Amino acid sequence: MIPPAPDPAAAPDAPSGPAVAARVEAVWRLESARIVAGLARLVRDVGLAEELAQDAVLAALEEWPVTGVPANPGGWLMLTAKHRAIDRLRRDDRLAVRVRELGLDVLRREPGEGVADFDAVLDQGVKDDLLRLIFTACHPALTPPSQVALSLRLLGGLSTEEIARAFLVPEATVAQRIVRAKRTLADEGVPFEIPPVEEQAQRLQTVLGVVYLIFNEGYTATQGEGWTRPELCHEALRLARMLAAWAPEQAEVHGLAALLEIQSSRLAARLGPLGEPVPLLEQNRGRWDQLLIRRGFTALLRARQAGAPGPYVLQAAIAACHARAGRAEDTDWPAITALYDQLVRLTPTPVVQLNRAVAVGMTRGPAEALALVDAIRGLDGYHPLPSVRADLLLRLGRAEEAEAELRRAAALTRNTRERTTLLTRATAIRTGT
Amino acid sequence: MPDGRAPRAALLDWEWPVRFLLTMNGGGPAADQDLYAEMGRFVEELTQAGVLLATGGLDPAGTHMSAAGGRATFTDGPYTEAKETIVSFALIDVRSREEALELARRFWAVVGDGEGDLRQVYGPES
Repeated sequence: MIPPAPDPAAAPDAPSGPAVAARVEAVWRLESARIVAGLARLVRDVGLAEELAQDAVLAALEEWPVTGVPANPGGWLMLTAKHRAIDRLRRDDRLAVRVRELGLDVLRREPGEGVADFDAVLDQGVKDDLLRLIFTACHPALTPPSQVALSLRLLGGLSTEEIARAFLVPEATVAQRIVRAKRTLADEGVPFEIPPVEEQAQRLQTVLGVVYLIFNEGYTATQGEGWTRPELCHEALRLARMLAAWAPEQAEVHGLAALLEIQSSRLAARLGPLGEPVPLLEQNRGRWDQLLIRRGFTALLRARQAGAPGPYVLQAAIAACHARAGRAEDTDWPAITALYDQLVRLTPTPVVQLNRAVAVGMTRGPAEALALVDAIRGLDGYHPLPSVRADLLLRLGRAEEAEAELRRAAALTRNTRERTTLLTRATAIRTGT
Repeated sequence: MPDGRAPRAALLDWEWPVRFLLTMNGGGPAADQDLYAEMGRFVEELTQAGVLLATGGLDPAGTHMSAAGGRATFTDGPYTEAKETIVSFALIDVRSREEALELARRFWAVVGDGEGDLRQVYGPES
């Protein structure tokens, strides 16, 4: 099949190779999810769909410097990849089957018209295709690192190298994760579908969990030099916003979007002048991004309209309480404590219990909070725990113990910036500054 | 860059948010029903993708402001040629300048003819 004729208007100033490569990359980032999702519906294989789309990218890199960039570059990539998909299906004698499955009568017509029908079908269910794509990328048969890598690759349009750099792991590791994930999906015959109703709630939680995982790795980098990696937060936020558009009837989807918008609003304020972490209550609130906060509030309202609050909606509501307070001392701690009470009932994890204890410390005092913290089990090696204990002990006048806890937290964190901050605080207690 | 700030690079240089303000000047052909519909679809798509943060139209008349020594003077518009006046804007959230340019190309493909500017937005971090 021949791709559409190049745009004559673009041809006279056919751009240079590097300029074209930059445009192809940008177009790919913006359009790849739609392209791969549409193709996956045709070929029923996410790995093959991505391969076909990548082939189209290679074709663009060869052709566009000669012909000029087409007027609708995303459409060109889609059409080129689709032609290849149809050729592939035809070669495998699967075209007729697929056409029947898609409910089309292509075979009774000219091949060209058949393509037009594919166009019509592909245009129709874009949102559903994208949902199918993220449900597939986050399929429970895959390990969380594979789900993360595949989601960033297929939905975010990131390259293997970019994902590796973002997670500070070797490129070969990510490449292998993706290859293995695609093989698992093929071996297990994972269908390209939105899960059946009875599985949907569970599967959606997995998808949201993957997006949240990506965000958190960017928000508080678990290791390395930088305290945050905002690009990962941005990718997660994009995914959350898209999910909210694709599945607007789900309260938790809006809840996650609201949570990530509001948390992202503080990214700049969370970093001190030397790149050191600044705790929430000490942040300069003037540096919070009000645009993202407003988006978060809107998403939270949508969540409340959509149904009963789940864990993400509750966390977003907590984040909103902080966002509403003009000064740290204006924080509505009773409201936050009440929200944590609800959250701990839904998800009684040790981390939620710890956060709830912090809120209790602000409403009912450090002694009660410390008792709650000391009752938490299963957080060995989690550095925020000794850090929280240090704060409470300090408020109780137990400075020596507080210092020891800060040093314990410093020894536990794998993030260099955070370790420095914790040790500085420990030293400050010792010297009484 | 004119203000001496280095342009922000694409992904993984840990600079975010990367926002651009796309503005359109007046004086272009009047929008018809088809253009409104097509622009509506484009806006919806970008909103859903989380790319479009804010958009709006501006009253071409407005009030011109100038100040000298802290004293402001206001002059009711229209104060310049329509072609030099911003009549609408879109604030977009992208990963790179290249992405912003691609989106701008799509915008003009819908609009057809006109003039405008694409400028990176900094803050509120500073």
